[in-house]
Amino acid sequence: MMMKRISEFLVGLIFGFGLLISGMTDPAKVIGFLNVTGAWDPSLAFVMGGAVLLSFFAFRLSRNWTSSLLGRVIIPSDFKYIDMKLILGSALFGIGWGLSGFCPGPAIASLASGELKSFIFVAAMIVGMGLETLSQRVRQAA
Amino acid sequence: MTINWMEFTPIESFSGGLLIGLAAAIFILFHGRIMGVSGIIGGLLRSSKDDRSWRLSFLAGLILAPIIAKFTGLAPAIRIEQSMIWLVLAGLLVGFGTSLGSGCTSGHGVCGIARLSPRSITATIIFMGFAMLTVWLMNKFQAGA
Repeated sequence: MMMKRISEFLVGLIFGFGLLISGMTDPAKVIGFLNVTGAWDPSLAFVMGGAVLLSFFAFRLSRNWTSSLLGRVIIPSDFKYIDMKLILGSALFGIGWGLSGFCPGPAIASLASGELKSFIFVAAMIVGMGLETLSQRVRQAA
Repeated sequence: MTINWMEFTPIESFSGGLLIGLAAAIFILFHGRIMGVSGIIGGLLRSSKDDRSWRLSFLAGLILAPIIAKFTGLAPAIRIEQSMIWLVLAGLLVGFGTSLGSGCTSGHGVCGIARLSPRSITATIIFMGFAMLTVWLMNKFQAGA
């Protein structure tokens, strides 16, 4: 159990360094990438390229596995299902990402800067997640 | 469209991307999980006590990385140019949207595309498209104001 926790911690650490080195934790740089009609900074396409390239082989390799190397059962998820929730949710996320330059991973990493604005963003993000979870429960209960 | 060469960092961005890919690879191979940050955070709001510890371990690593970088003087600048009110609105949208759409840049944008998931490819095209549109509108509005 302890080994798993340490490994998950290390994965978070590697991911965090990846975000920092790539420039993803700098909202102004992210907005520079999204600014395709202006002075465009294509750097973040290279982030996605590197990340997808490496993880592609891992997903390929484990495609038919029923359990992971540390023995956790892998639950196959439906990856073809497209519905209004996916479309609407992604659109709202895109608007928020464009407005701020923050997506969830970099927003969490940016808390380390101690900037008040980072804390405000993360707090609002968690409230947003909570509101959506709550609205799901209300819909299910109705 | 013009390229902003001053800001362009292909080598750093690609190297960082490889690290992100490595993290996602370890997560699926060893832990059998998809490395999606919005799902990992969102799960904290609804999961049982047993399910919380792995999420917190991952998030602790994610927060510690920039703290280490800060102490070694290697941390890059974080430039947040928006005012508070916009950040609150953006945060609510990012939280609500990633929860409704079951994923963000890491889960859909990296892991989902790497698995060639039609669901995640659709989500990524939509959130990238809307993000680009939003930046375009903001620039237009600011230029006009």
